[in-house]
Amino acid sequence: MSHFAQLVVELTILALAIFLGFEVISKVPTLLHTPLMSGTNAIHGIVIVAAMLVAGAAHPDSLTGWVGFAAVMLGAANVVGGFVVTDRMLEMFKKREPRQSEGERE
Amino acid sequence: MSRDWANLLYLVTIICFILALRFLSSPTRARLGNWIGAAGMTIAIVVTLAHDGVHIGWRIIVGGAIGGVFGAVAARRVRMTAMPQMVALFNGVGGGAAALVSLAEFHNHAPDPGRLHGDVSIAIIASALIGSVSFAGSMVAFAKLQELIGGRPITYPGQKFGNLALLALVAAAGIAIVAGAEQQWLLWALLFGSLLFGVLFVLPIGGADMPVVISLLNAFTGLAAAATGFELNSNVLIVSGALVGASGTLLTMMMGAAMNRSIGNVLFGAFGQVQAGAGAGAAAVSDGTVRAATADDVAIMLAYAHKVVVVPGYGMAVAQAQHAVRELADELEKKGVHVDYAIHPVAGRMPGHMNVLLAEANVPYPALKEMDEINPEFPQTDVALVIGANDVVNPAARSDPGSPIYGMPILDVDNAKHIVVMKRSMNPGFAGIDNPLFVDPKTVMLFGDAKESVARLVAGVKTL
Repeated sequence: MSHFAQLVVELTILALAIFLGFEVISKVPTLLHTPLMSGTNAIHGIVIVAAMLVAGAAHPDSLTGWVGFAAVMLGAANVVGGFVVTDRMLEMFKKREPRQSEGERE
Repeated sequence: MSRDWANLLYLVTIICFILALRFLSSPTRARLGNWIGAAGMTIAIVVTLAHDGVHIGWRIIVGGAIGGVFGAVAARRVRMTAMPQMVALFNGVGGGAAALVSLAEFHNHAPDPGRLHGDVSIAIIASALIGSVSFAGSMVAFAKLQELIGGRPITYPGQKFGNLALLALVAAAGIAIVAGAEQQWLLWALLFGSLLFGVLFVLPIGGADMPVVISLLNAFTGLAAAATGFELNSNVLIVSGALVGASGTLLTMMMGAAMNRSIGNVLFGAFGQVQAGAGAGAAAVSDGTVRAATADDVAIMLAYAHKVVVVPGYGMAVAQAQHAVRELADELEKKGVHVDYAIHPVAGRMPGHMNVLLAEANVPYPALKEMDEINPEFPQTDVALVIGANDVVNPAARSDPGSPIYGMPILDVDNAKHIVVMKRSMNPGFAGIDNPLFVDPKTVMLFGDAKESVARLVAGVKTL
């Protein structure tokens, strides 16, 4: 595929993903906005894939090597921390043991 | 594994991420969704390790281990009240990673000028710039929320002009690179300029506006990740980054709407500076007809009410009073009092902050009512118990066109039959704005640390 053709495909994917993102996110209730932030935080940890591609290059010079190393480190912190924090938050959202005074008072 | 096979497997990751966000639409399935997202991430990491061009060396193993352990420990140890700064921190490191990737990519191509396609150099500039701003901005937000530096806006003369000039210089460096001046120092200049801009951009934004800033920086990191996708021709990076960018943008707009302020005003208005004369105004109010009550008085009021609405604000988070609040609600419900919680969209320091804190204290989420749902119920409410909230219950937002928060949708607690405001002192709230609610004849004030005051209320209610 020519470079330009590939760019067009990528731009198409980008545009569709943005609209999909708005569509999916607009259904998230405000109750869950913090886990949403934290969950999307974890998802942008996908940048670790880019970091690994850089750090895993065959013969990196010293700058690329160190930069790749640092990028992997930051990306890993982002991924692991993001998912763990989100899980901790979501674990807490409970509907509850039924209310003691179930007879709602008027 | 060849690139094409890797891309096919990355599609599984993309689907997992979309499902993860989809499942966040309901509290019962959200946790499962997060696990699906984590599974998708694991697939992406394994596929990348098996990628033809990736040699697994110490950089990946040691870097991944250090980062992973740090992330896990920090995420496990952090207290729920420190959640906003933790979100800011993880957001920042993601932005930093994106910026570093762009630096390495540029460096790899540098000995061979002219090899970079225009679109790739644009992507490199974008991820370097946005990633660095997100990194530096998130770190400042972290420092503000962690109270390493003051939460109030930090301003100086010529600030806007200075920031604008800096941004123009950074943009000029970017344009020069795209135009073909592929000099290394230009990218370094761009990176440092962007870092500095990130710091200067968040410094003048006050703590109460942090929900907007954190959402915006979240969107930035997403866009930076998407830009790295264009550098490396990786669909999974583009899609994931775009999803996060869309989410952060949407949240930013919602937060702005909840305050009835434009995003520009939030970012550049330095809202919450101590206004000259605000102190005098507050003094006048406190000379007026503020009525202070004792914990026992309030306990009696609460115990004999039919319906109590708790209005939490950042003060509850600071005092870590959420467990005591839940205990109070339990005691009241034992006496047959109906207790709800009114959650303002921008209460606290990040979107949904109060919901997470109350969930931590085991408050069932159906009791957490949004503003539009609870406002019609205030006239039937016997006692509105305001705990460490101020601007979000300030009636001046409805009635006083001269007020800086005029037009902001608020919780109409002044429609309740009685209002109890728990506050540390009569100091004006974060924004330094007078609150006529405090001198309302229906209002009594209960001064003191929120956690201690609520504990005294619990003790009081128990004895009745």
